[in-house]
Amino acid sequence: MSLVDIYRSLGVTLDKGIAYLVVDGNEILKANEVRGISMEKEETREGIDLRLVIKEGIKLKEPIHLCFGVSKERAVQKIHAEIIAERDSHACLLAHCIFPKAKEVHHVMDGNLLIEKGAELSYEEIHWHGEEGGADVFPRLRTRNLGDFRSTFSLLRGRVGRLGIDYLVEAGERSVTEIITKVYGKGNDEIRIKEGVSLNGAYARSVIKSRIAVRDRAFSDVVSITEGNAPYVRGHVDGTEIVQGEAIAKATPIVKVNHEKAKVTHEAAIGSVDRKQLETLMAKGLEEKEAIDVIIKGMLR
Amino acid sequence: MQENTQGKEGSFMVDILKLINVEVERNGKRILKGISLSIKKGMIHALLGPNGSGKSTLAFAIMGVYKLSKGNVYFEGKDISRKPIYERARLGISMAWQSPATFEGLTVKEYLSIGGNANVEEALRMVNLDPARYLDRVMDSSLSGGERKRIELASVVAMKPKLAILDEPDSGIDFVTLDELMRVISDLKKEGITVLLITHREEVARIADRASLICDGYLVKSGNTWEVTKFFRKMCGRCKYGRYSEVKGIEPS
Repeated sequence: MSLVDIYRSLGVTLDKGIAYLVVDGNEILKANEVRGISMEKEETREGIDLRLVIKEGIKLKEPIHLCFGVSKERAVQKIHAEIIAERDSHACLLAHCIFPKAKEVHHVMDGNLLIEKGAELSYEEIHWHGEEGGADVFPRLRTRNLGDFRSTFSLLRGRVGRLGIDYLVEAGERSVTEIITKVYGKGNDEIRIKEGVSLNGAYARSVIKSRIAVRDRAFSDVVSITEGNAPYVRGHVDGTEIVQGEAIAKATPIVKVNHEKAKVTHEAAIGSVDRKQLETLMAKGLEEKEAIDVIIKGMLR
Repeated sequence: MQENTQGKEGSFMVDILKLINVEVERNGKRILKGISLSIKKGMIHALLGPNGSGKSTLAFAIMGVYKLSKGNVYFEGKDISRKPIYERARLGISMAWQSPATFEGLTVKEYLSIGGNANVEEALRMVNLDPARYLDRVMDSSLSGGERKRIELASVVAMKPKLAILDEPDSGIDFVTLDELMRVISDLKKEGITVLLITHREEVARIADRASLICDGYLVKSGNTWEVTKFFRKMCGRCKYGRYSEVKGIEPS
């Protein structure tokens, strides 16, 4: 089964009227553009270079599918992406990162994003790493947000392997930033997440939300940073981590305020499954394992 | 251990639940002290008592949330004292919690469907919640306390249990909701469900066929609702802190 077929079987729409790019390792398998966007792409020795522009005022009804997969057991994939959402444009990017057979797959995403004034960009990255735990994944995004930017990263299917997220957003005046991360670590998975927002423009708003569950011997370390550097900015950091078995979880919310009229808040909960939730579900006839599964799946949804 | 007793209307009533000398300790402190109690099948049994008397602890002990340090719990004649919570639920015991838990990401429909319940919409309507508005709502803190309590009650209704333990379903709700609550409890009885109604409000307890009074971890009185509530009122008037040592001095009239 080719990667294109796998994507189709997972419900990814690769039709004529939809913008998409399908990459296997460093090979571009399939691509399609629609009116209002430009997609420059080039294969490199270990991956691809991509420049994607959503033109001024263009409001895309359908999402743009970025399918960055590796069908081999062993490979290196380096994606260098520059993504620009021009003034008053609206777009949703769905990045599907699939490494179904990964034993030694090294995936690096190095992205620079610019969201111009009045633009809305939703960037959703969904990972599926197979059951071997052999994927090393390092998404790094540098974003300048002058509009509305919402990012969701989820790695819930299969094993994580080694994950190192490094996101930084510089938020301009009256911008809105939302970063959501959901990861479920098992076995000896290693999860390191560093997400930061600098609220540099007046009235900018941001939320960093992480939901991490780790079991067996998995490890997670989440650092969420929000800086309030301008008047009337509001930032919030919200982290929940559930730990089971011999797993270890670390969470460090860092909030920094450099302006007297800025406000940044945080909340973090880290520990085992909530006893009350567990007992409530068991009192409905679920065994402990089933109840834990319901709680974790709900939190990671 | 199943026991038949002559009912007030001459019918034979079976004990659906029987507690014998039940004791529960929490953090080295005896909370329940030798409670022996029978609940008749198909009846509403009110469990009265002041705050901190051990009512909720008794509910948790029946549900299996708290382990017994002494004594036994029999359900339909079978000793369930050492059965885990989920097995008790599968046998037909269900509980509406006094402060229902919230669940991130879980919808009301999913919550009510746990355990394979099919009559989710009907259960919501029974507690006067519009299924069209509530089925897809998430069971998190966006729901008000009153809504969560109704949904908790609906979850018990949806399970169609043999025994419904309602732990202070009247706390923190307004009077309109209280009327609805009384209707729901009556409806449960009409469906043949036994109800153990935990409350410290006399006017709520009056709906019950029988009542018991707990004070300071002891079962003080059990029997006719009118007599027990009257005794409760008298006790509340006399005992500042609801201590058993103070109650002992009151003779039931």
